[in-house]
Amino acid sequence: MNLSGWLLALIQTTLFVAAAPLFAAWVKALKSRLQNRRGPSLLQPYRDLHKLFHKEVMVAHTASPVFRAAPYIVFSAAILAAMVVPLVAARLPTAAIADVIVLVGFLALGRFFLALAGMDVGTSFGGMGASREMTVSSLAEPATLMAIFTLTMTAHSTNLSTVIAHNLETGLILRPSFLFAFMGLTLVALAETGRIPVDNPATHLELTMIHEAMILEYSGRHLALMEWAAQIKLMLYAVLILNIFLPWGIAADFAPGSLLLGLFAITAKLVILGAALALAETGLAKMRLFRVPQFLNLAFLLALLGMLSQVILEVGA
Amino acid sequence: MSALLLTVFLPLLGMLALIPVTNIAAAGWLNVAFSAATLGAAAALAFQILGAGTMTAHGFHVDAFNVYLVVLTTLVGLTTAVFSRPYMAHVAATRRIKGRRMRVYHTMYQGFLFTMLLALTTNNLGVLWVAVEGATLSTVLLVSFYRTPEAIEAAWKYFILCGVGIALALFGTVLVYFAAQHVLVDPEQGLSWTTLHAQARHLDPTVMSIAFIFLLVGYGTKVGLFPLHSWLPDAHSEGPTPMSAVLSGLLLNVALYAVVRLKVVTDGALAAGERPELAGHLLMGFGLVTFLAAGLFLHRQRDIKRMFSYSSIEHMGLMTFAFGVGHPLATFGALLHMLVHSLTKSAIFVTVGHATHIAGTQSIEHIRGLIRTQPAVGWGLLLGVVAIAGFPPFGVFTSEFLLLSATMHDWPWLTPTLLVGLAVAFAGLFINLHTMVYGKAPEGQKPVKANMLPVAVHLLIVLWLGLSVPPFLARWLDQATLLITGSHLL
Amino acid sequence: MNLAQLSLGEQGTLMLSALVLLTSFALLAQARLVACIHVFAWQGALVGLVTALVALTADTPHLYISAALTLALKALLIPWMLHRLVRRLNMHRHVETLMQPTVVLLFGAALVIFSYVVVLPVERIELAATRNILAISLAVVLVGLLMMVVRRQAVTQVIGFMSLENGLFLAAVAATRGMPLVVELGVAFDVLVAAVLFGVFFFQISESIESLNVDRLNRLSETGEDDS
Repeated sequence: MNLSGWLLALIQTTLFVAAAPLFAAWVKALKSRLQNRRGPSLLQPYRDLHKLFHKEVMVAHTASPVFRAAPYIVFSAAILAAMVVPLVAARLPTAAIADVIVLVGFLALGRFFLALAGMDVGTSFGGMGASREMTVSSLAEPATLMAIFTLTMTAHSTNLSTVIAHNLETGLILRPSFLFAFMGLTLVALAETGRIPVDNPATHLELTMIHEAMILEYSGRHLALMEWAAQIKLMLYAVLILNIFLPWGIAADFAPGSLLLGLFAITAKLVILGAALALAETGLAKMRLFRVPQFLNLAFLLALLGMLSQVILEVGA
Repeated sequence: MSALLLTVFLPLLGMLALIPVTNIAAAGWLNVAFSAATLGAAAALAFQILGAGTMTAHGFHVDAFNVYLVVLTTLVGLTTAVFSRPYMAHVAATRRIKGRRMRVYHTMYQGFLFTMLLALTTNNLGVLWVAVEGATLSTVLLVSFYRTPEAIEAAWKYFILCGVGIALALFGTVLVYFAAQHVLVDPEQGLSWTTLHAQARHLDPTVMSIAFIFLLVGYGTKVGLFPLHSWLPDAHSEGPTPMSAVLSGLLLNVALYAVVRLKVVTDGALAAGERPELAGHLLMGFGLVTFLAAGLFLHRQRDIKRMFSYSSIEHMGLMTFAFGVGHPLATFGALLHMLVHSLTKSAIFVTVGHATHIAGTQSIEHIRGLIRTQPAVGWGLLLGVVAIAGFPPFGVFTSEFLLLSATMHDWPWLTPTLLVGLAVAFAGLFINLHTMVYGKAPEGQKPVKANMLPVAVHLLIVLWLGLSVPPFLARWLDQATLLITGSHLL
Repeated sequence: MNLAQLSLGEQGTLMLSALVLLTSFALLAQARLVACIHVFAWQGALVGLVTALVALTADTPHLYISAALTLALKALLIPWMLHRLVRRLNMHRHVETLMQPTVVLLFGAALVIFSYVVVLPVERIELAATRNILAISLAVVLVGLLMMVVRRQAVTQVIGFMSLENGLFLAAVAATRGMPLVVELGVAFDVLVAAVLFGVFFFQISESIESLNVDRLNRLSETGEDDS
């Protein structure tokens, strides 16, 4: 029983969950700047969450127990997923369950209950959002898995920590499969986290909302948990992509120096990725909904090309 | 050496000389003059080779096989140029084509001859590719010469299909070079045919079989093998008649030459492997299918030039089959067939050109009574079809007989198939021929000024070859057979 | 074969070849004509870069000339000519709707697998990187062929043809360290003449059938209809 390791894992997860609203705020602040506005401060999401936790919960009389339970399940799934993804250090005890398929499973669990909650009350917005979300994720899932399998084939293991440690050890190698998988995963991440060009996180127009539609009926602490879970999901995808493809800086052992370096590295990477995301969201226009399948097919094609490059160029019979 | 350089580069000079000439009559005569000069140089080269043997120098390689085709090319080039001079003058007058556009015709004619001769005499596989592609490019504008929608469509199809085919042939060439890089002392020689032929048994069999498949598909598109033949009927029927004559008579031969050369190298490479007969079997398969399919398609044609282009496809299929059989008798027959087919087919197309002028249309239904209107044209067409269908005493019968004998020797169960195919094609040609030549001539059909001299010359040569192959030609073809199959016939 | 054993230059060659394959897929599905020409120009530039990189790692100076030639021809001159043609034919806003782009893209991926299987028996252990680039270049050739089959516009068919030639050039450069210079010059010259002739053709087609949709070129058929 490695007590310090488990403690570290706990601290890392807490840090993850606590920093998620900050990352979302950073993206929002940059977007505002790019749109020539001053924008909200970086602590605004914390204030919003605080406000929501103290507000009264209003539940429709047509709601079932699922409606009340869903925010907690979704939030728990998000925390479990956050436990699995290495943030600062690579070889934590939680690495034992850090299988990529488990990760995909946790995300699917969250998504499932989110969709159920959307349909539960019986409003048209909720049903519409749930069906859109399911379309997007059913098309994104093959691309995700294909890209992930490409990565795991290189490291010969599906364990996230092993993959990251392998990439760290082998140094800088230009792999075409990684390039394709990176492009594919980025597109999938944009779709799954509900960012432009797939879904607008700031809209409440019937024509355009997917995620917002599903949580439209929530209020008070339920809404707070749902929003927080969405922010954790965004940070999750960001950290996943950064730490797999650009793992330099992540701590390979538990010495305080390397932990500090790991913290500093991930912060710097998140800052840059947030800036890139803000730029992309400002520059791109949201796609019409019937074009989203084409977008996701492109992601699938990129992931497939990554897999093919892996087999053709890097393995060799 | 000088004979070789003259042969290859005179047409290039001709092309450059014809660029500024806008007077149609003058361009026609210049065309004839350059073609005649090239024929003279080719004859001198042939004498040199037959006397002294193979010549390899400065990236060129001339032996009995390709000098035979060089002489054939220049001969048909000359007779067609003689035919084309008054014919194109008449066309320019009736369709009101100005001298400036006729320049394209004459320059491209000489350019086409240049690329073909370069392809035939080069030692470098890469230059062979460049020359065959060049031959395609120089004829594309000629196929669309009349600018009708059908002509443009035919030229587009020709361009795209042959372009893609040739591109695949380039991939095959790259693979051959790749295979050669590992075994040769001097890798730079990897595209030289003589070096490859000498070192063939060291080349990797797997790479060479893949390469040969690409090369067969690529150059086979230009030969007109089924199912890559669909450009051929369109291109040969929509262009001006002299174009049809040279395309049918010459370009197909050059493409087949490329295939045979590469087959020789591939056979050397595969000889020790597990499937030594692969190249030969592929050629036989494609050739046989082409032969049968073309014979069947022939029946459905309603345009006279399309019908004869399918006949060309059929004969090319037969020749491919013959080269695939590999027996010296079959190869000798195939080489003889190349000669007689070119001569007969170009004669037929010349006659067809005159026939379409008489009748004013290319549709078979509307061409009638040629023998009554202009006996020379009628008899020319009749004799031409009789010759191409394989009747004795014409030369085509001789070569087909040799081929059938060889098939009966090695592949007896295929002989009935060949005979059936020959019969089918024969039927197709004669059904249409009968009404065209002997039918009731429509009112007001008048004879045209027709120069039947080239036709007469060609058919006489074919007749001569059918009655008795002269000894020098037999020895010449025997040397070529030795080069291709490695054993003598006579 | 372990990627870690190759030098950085060879890894770069593999990476750039994979990007060339990506551009040929991009060409396959790109609906806007002008964007197609730009992607084709990028493809030419990438092939030129591969040539230069191979010249660097394999120490064959004559490949630099090839690289310069490719860049000048495929990345600059031919796209410029196509651009000019498109402007003169008034097609620069043209958007071509593709039938079932998903199916076409998946078929393209199947072609990539097929070309790998074809090249697989070529066993040269010391040139293992080469075998894989040979598979990639055959894939680019086949995807270019697919593009020619699927597209209905004459200009995009020609772009497909040119990208097919890019694949061939990639094969020649990466697998055999470039063909002899004479051959390369000849090939480049042929490509240039072909491009010029295509340009001439576009005008002839456009004048005769009032559009560049090659589906309308359908007067000639196998049964030899009578229209003289």
